[in-house]
Amino acid sequence: MRGHKLIELEEAAYGYGADPLLSGLSLRLAKGSFHFLTGPSGAGKTTLLKLCYAELLPIAGSVTLFGQDAKQMSRDDIAGARQRIGVVHQDCKFLDHLPLSENILLPLAVSGRGQLQDGNSLNELINWVGLGSRAHALPPELSGGERQRAALARAVITDPDFIIADEPTGNVDWEMSMRLLHLLVELNKLGKTILVATHDLQLIRAAKKQVGARVLRIANGRLQLAGADL
Amino acid sequence: MSILSQATGLLRSDKSSDRVVPPTGYSARLTIFTAAAMAFLAVFALAMSLAAGRLADRWSDALARASTIRISAPAAEIDAQTWAVLTVLEQTPGVDSARALTDEEQRDLLEPWFGPDLPVESLPIPRLVEVIETAEGYDGEGLRQRLAAEAPGAVLDDHTRWRRPLVEAAARLRLLGWVSLALITASTAAMITLAAGSSLAANEQVIRVLRLVGARDRYIAGAFVRRFTLRALVGAAVGTVFGMIAVALMPSAAEEGAFLTGLGFAGGQWLLPLTVPVLAAIVAFFATRAAADRTLRGMQ
Repeated sequence: MRGHKLIELEEAAYGYGADPLLSGLSLRLAKGSFHFLTGPSGAGKTTLLKLCYAELLPIAGSVTLFGQDAKQMSRDDIAGARQRIGVVHQDCKFLDHLPLSENILLPLAVSGRGQLQDGNSLNELINWVGLGSRAHALPPELSGGERQRAALARAVITDPDFIIADEPTGNVDWEMSMRLLHLLVELNKLGKTILVATHDLQLIRAAKKQVGARVLRIANGRLQLAGADL
Repeated sequence: MSILSQATGLLRSDKSSDRVVPPTGYSARLTIFTAAAMAFLAVFALAMSLAAGRLADRWSDALARASTIRISAPAAEIDAQTWAVLTVLEQTPGVDSARALTDEEQRDLLEPWFGPDLPVESLPIPRLVEVIETAEGYDGEGLRQRLAAEAPGAVLDDHTRWRRPLVEAAARLRLLGWVSLALITASTAAMITLAAGSSLAANEQVIRVLRLVGARDRYIAGAFVRRFTLRALVGAAVGTVFGMIAVALMPSAAEEGAFLTGLGFAGGQWLLPLTVPVLAAIVAFFATRAAADRTLRGMQ
């Protein structure tokens, strides 16, 4: 059923120059699924993720977000769709002049839902990502791992249907990677759709032991289902 | 959605939205100062325009319907010629009233030049007849011809010769005042556009983060629009107050005072400068919104 496919790419292509970086991308992300996206650096993982939340629009084919063609969506429609998608960016962009707690609340504020009704919920969320003592710290004061976890907290605060994480373990040690993975698996068990781009195969193997994840690989600008070795 | 409801929506205070844009002390002070300076100038331009308007109206009204007949004749004939002139005027269509000035009135007219106690009756001074026209006016050329026939010493002066350039000059001055106001408004808009553009460019990263977490353009633009509208309002209010004080401190004008001493507001006109801060805020609102729309359109 179409309504169950949150994001759908149909023969989508994207390129920064004359030659497309990605082409013939077809992907259906159904509700509650867990996907890993892997491939060498520069293969186009981040580009594909950006297509999934309409930061980029395909030059060919189509990308459908929650049943709407991204190319036909107005800027307000795109903003509305992004309120249903939690994104953990590779470089964890924050507003550096606001404390961590306000950065985490930002998606709620911009969606017009104001702040969390229950003040404890924010504390619970901050504690859930293990940043209870850092709520008032400014983003530049946070370590790489803390930023990743803060970005995850910000991504889930609106209770989105779909969570995208771009190399969420790129700047953290193995222990922190496992902690972040555990948080993502927990979210998936709550029914969230997860798409994680990573080149860390160990992380993927560890995840597959906990959750039924599909692994997609980008190679030569095309999307393939990864082999049984993963 | 109407412009008014859009404006109210953008201006509605939103603490979280106001905090997302980092404070910038230097540009804030600069914007407030420029708005204050522009408002100060606007108050003066307004005062000049209104004073010129009053002057033009006064000259125009006072002189448009009045003219003078000067009778220069030997002392023995002057009364007869005056009587003849008044008779002619009585029979002239378009003349509402006419009367010869008394010696007392003529003395008053000459007093500024010759001082008091002038023996008007013993001097060969022309007799003056004041003529007031009806709304339709009289035929000046016809009257001149009749006066030439009936009272050869009478010369009609309908003030046109010097009234027209004066009224024209005052009208030009009034226009110049309005043009100045328009230029000040345009300069304010340009200044706010530059300041807002600069602020938007400096906060590009903030805007990108906001877009990525689902902020609509309206939310982002609102943060900037509120900030610049408020700065323009505060700055212009300060400038307006100083401008009004400066105008109030101008030397007071007598009824017949010169233009410079008459520069200022009269009665209810003192309320007009109060529109300057509002106008500045409206200009800032639209200038910032246009700058924000341009910047946001360039970002996905």
